[in-house]
Amino acid sequence: MKMKKKIKFLLLCLIALTQLFPLYWLFTFSLKSNGEIFGDNPIGLPQVWRWENYGNAFTQTNLIRYFLNSVFYSMATVAVAGILSAMAAYAIARMKWKLKSLVFGIFALGIMIPAQAALLPLFQVLDKTGLKGGYFGLLIPYIAGALPMSIMILIGFYKSIPIEIEEAACIDGCGIFRCFATIILPIIKPAIATASIFTFLGTWNELMLANTFVDSDRYRTLPVGIMSFAGQYSTDWGLIGAGMVIATLPTIVIYFILSNQIQDSLVAGAVKG
Amino acid sequence: MNNMLGKKRFVACFVLPALILFISFSMIPLFISGAYSLFQYDGMGEMKFIGLVNYIRLFAEDRHFVKAVLNSFLLVGASLLIQLPISLFLAMVLARGVKGEKFFRTVYFLPVVISSMVIGQLWMKMFNSEYGLLNHLIRALGASDFSYSWLSNPKTAFLSTLIPAVWQYIGYHMLIFYAGIKSISQDYYEAAQIDGASKWQVNTKITLPLLAPVIKTCVIFSITGSLRAFDLIYVMTGGGPNHASEVPATLMYNNLFRRGLYGYGSAQAFFIVVECLLFTFIVSKLFKKAEENASAI
Repeated sequence: MKMKKKIKFLLLCLIALTQLFPLYWLFTFSLKSNGEIFGDNPIGLPQVWRWENYGNAFTQTNLIRYFLNSVFYSMATVAVAGILSAMAAYAIARMKWKLKSLVFGIFALGIMIPAQAALLPLFQVLDKTGLKGGYFGLLIPYIAGALPMSIMILIGFYKSIPIEIEEAACIDGCGIFRCFATIILPIIKPAIATASIFTFLGTWNELMLANTFVDSDRYRTLPVGIMSFAGQYSTDWGLIGAGMVIATLPTIVIYFILSNQIQDSLVAGAVKG
Repeated sequence: MNNMLGKKRFVACFVLPALILFISFSMIPLFISGAYSLFQYDGMGEMKFIGLVNYIRLFAEDRHFVKAVLNSFLLVGASLLIQLPISLFLAMVLARGVKGEKFFRTVYFLPVVISSMVIGQLWMKMFNSEYGLLNHLIRALGASDFSYSWLSNPKTAFLSTLIPAVWQYIGYHMLIFYAGIKSISQDYYEAAQIDGASKWQVNTKITLPLLAPVIKTCVIFSITGSLRAFDLIYVMTGGGPNHASEVPATLMYNNLFRRGLYGYGSAQAFFIVVECLLFTFIVSKLFKKAEENASAI
């Protein structure tokens, strides 16, 4: 019995190692010179910690621009999709109207539909309206794409609020917009935070749309930017590694801060959904 | 009260902004894709209605597409037979409480939050013939001049993209399973303990049956995620060499944006949609009985 437990624990450690090791390797080669990476020290800690790889990544490439663009796209998507889905989910979960199950079905279907299926017509519409290539050309599809998941997560939470809360507000003569903004929104704040995490990760890491709809360096996002300079500086692993670490760091930091929230929300979202 | 929550004007204010945005930028493009797939169309010239000819050509004439579909099925297989069992095992061990439960949970999930672009670039470097980690290890084990190029050989290219694809999402499914197990009432386990049930019995008679709805969710996510796979393969091999690692989404992307085959590429895009919906439907049917049993317990 004791033995079995030890074997299980060992197995857990082994899998943890395979999950962590590639990330350790990325971090260490981002701080090495080519001499170390390609020569005598491919796996160990850097003999000389070359932080200048990071400096070079910022000065030799457009990394700062890409980074700020990605921050902007993600923040704007999180904010707008958050508000719109909080309102739509409220109507679906709490209000009484005829077409509500149809609208619910449309958003539920949205989760199953792969984004690439709409790629070409979206490309044409954005091109015709002149939005393609600018900030809105990417922002609008991102917001539209984030809605279904966000709405599904929020509906689950709304249903757990007792109806008496709105009844009390109604008796007090509180209108629906005030009631929503001052009573409901504060209650579902944790759910909005949860939905925002998913929206943020999806937007920050998105590759296909950003690669297709943006052709100028000015509006490029981090994933596409790094992919292009990984081709350009293909022999300078230290520089590419530094870029990759910079693209990854925000998601990991946010994950560490909010990991309990993510884990709780998965219980609420995926399991009941 | 009814007045407040039932007024059409209010409902419209709340639901329309999201609905209009979603329908115009997700649903309508989807249907236009479906319509394009019935035409011969290159974006500039005339659109010629050809019915289902594009779909017939996919399977009758396009051996790259057949290969791509088979590759995506291989990915589905790997996810179902390797990824999910590992995730389930980890979740069951962790949910029972071990030392460092929280640490493991966090570490396993870590690759999920990283962009596929980074994961793809990183694993390309792992598989690099000269300086990659994998060949370093093989050399260290004795084959001192081993420099096999995993990603540029047609035999191993797709297999090499499969490994990070399976690796990255182990933690995602683990966490969903874990959450599912944690939400099973402790009463069942206490009753089982009083009855003297063995651990094996507890797992197979309580945990797994009650987990059926969660397993269904994971199976569906796993299958549809594999069928629509794009990012990782696009970054690592681009479908090459010589189309060996192509999946439907990479072929579709090339046909639409490199070769201007709008009608034909749309048929490939729509094929992925139909596949996803079909598999979701089949899996739901298959799990129906298991779910009924779960709610009967």
